Amino acid sequence: MPDARITIPAKVQRGAPFEVRIVIRHPMETGYRTDESGKPIARNVIRTFVCRYNGEPVFSARLSPGIAANPYLRFFVTARESGELVFEWQDDAGASVSERAALTVT
Amino acid sequence: MHGRFEGRRRLLGGAATLALVPWLPARAADAELPYIPALAAFLAGRTPRWERIRLELPRLADNGQSVPMKITVDGPFAPGPTVRALRLFSQRNPVPEMAVFEYPVPVERVEVESRVRLAGTQRIAAVAEMSDGTLCANAVEVVVTIDACLDGTG
Amino acid sequence: MRGATLGAAACAVALCAAAAAAQERALPLSELRSGIDFAGPSVRALQADDVANPGMLWVERGEKLWNEPSGTAAASCASCHGEARSGMRGAATRYPAYDAGAEAVVDLEARIVDCRVRRQRAAAWPRESDELLAITAYVAHQSRGLPLAVSIDGGARAAFERGRAFYYQRHGQMNLACAHCHEQNWGKRLLAETISQGHGNAYPVYRLEWQNLGSLQRRLRACLFAVRAEMPPPGAPELTDLELFLAWRAQGLPIETPGVRR
Repeated sequence: MPDARITIPAKVQRGAPFEVRIVIRHPMETGYRTDESGKPIARNVIRTFVCRYNGEPVFSARLSPGIAANPYLRFFVTARESGELVFEWQDDAGASVSERAALTVT
Repeated sequence: MHGRFEGRRRLLGGAATLALVPWLPARAADAELPYIPALAAFLAGRTPRWERIRLELPRLADNGQSVPMKITVDGPFAPGPTVRALRLFSQRNPVPEMAVFEYPVPVERVEVESRVRLAGTQRIAAVAEMSDGTLCANAVEVVVTIDACLDGTG
Repeated sequence: MRGATLGAAACAVALCAAAAAAQERALPLSELRSGIDFAGPSVRALQADDVANPGMLWVERGEKLWNEPSGTAAASCASCHGEARSGMRGAATRYPAYDAGAEAVVDLEARIVDCRVRRQRAAAWPRESDELLAITAYVAHQSRGLPLAVSIDGGARAAFERGRAFYYQRHGQMNLACAHCHEQNWGKRLLAETISQGHGNAYPVYRLEWQNLGSLQRRLRACLFAVRAEMPPPGAPELTDLELFLAWRAQGLPIETPGVRR
């Protein structure tokens, strides 16, 4: 599974806010469900999410089971210099994933 | 041809109190935060202003497992206070603090979209924390119906 | 004796020909409406948005699997079929289809697994596994916008008849046939939901209730559970028969994979 699908504009203007959209493949297991035999399924949700722009955090989120599975986030970041956006998230099971997207600023 | 299914308004017309219009932010009459202990604890006695922040969810959710949600805080910001964090609270979910979105670096366009899970019909509240410590808030009610048919495929 | 047999055979041929020529439709083609027409605005918006549609996560994975060599033959789907965009265009519109080798009607999932096992010489992917869902969604996605056009002639005829019989037969404790909801009461409300015509043109679909992508067979099993009938196991022949009937019933509806439903 791709861990995430990231969409940012091909080119952004310096100083202007640009849209970031990300869909993360994750069950966001609430911990309130049981399996067929009645055994509880352990909670496993993405707890922390951060977007870093050339190393500097520009947007972060703390999530809960109240966020739907395969979480979708859409937010804005102000364009400065060209470079890279790095997205990182951690879940209850201890998994830590990182994805990156190149950014072209004109 | 679409006369047969002209929206959910017909169905719930008979139901008690709700005037259903999809995707509307709270009306002036709703200008009151739902009582949520976690929200009250966060506010710690402060009164948020009922302005600038808009919380949008459909009035009727297709499925409580995934409900689109949008928070917008109207600019402009600089030179005044900027948005530091956005908090989302649920009235009925087992975990009342649904999410916190933070801006370590201020941005001129504050708009966050995601999809939330709602454990039944309830009010949701959003609070914006500004860089000068002031708070803005908004709340909406979402009707979450039970499925017409059970799905046993787990 | 011989005369009687010949006479009977002639009758049977005549009947078949007549039936194939004019297969009556309880739901006329001009009245067909995809399930998306009965969905709320949020679901419609989600399906229309290729960025936000969670189903695209599987389509993207499907693309990787398409190009990945697999099995002892170390072949990828692309090795034989080339680029999916061209090679698979229109393929999903013809499924379920009669497979002469298997001497049975197979759905797209079964066809893919067969290819995997016999040609790639790799282990089969179970139904509803992420991999099979991904590759099925990817293949069907290449036919997005193209109209369903299955054949119910020749070897497919028997399965079609069985599927149709199943559709009109009452099932479960609720003693309801598919037709009761999806033919006689589509457009009307069941609690807060509007009953659709029950077509499968958007499958595999991201169903909000499942929080996952799922196949048409999964959806059919869910419907049977809903009327308190015993669910046939995934891959059961009656489910494939029903899929064929449904595809014929939905002839002309465009494929929407990956669809989004509540």
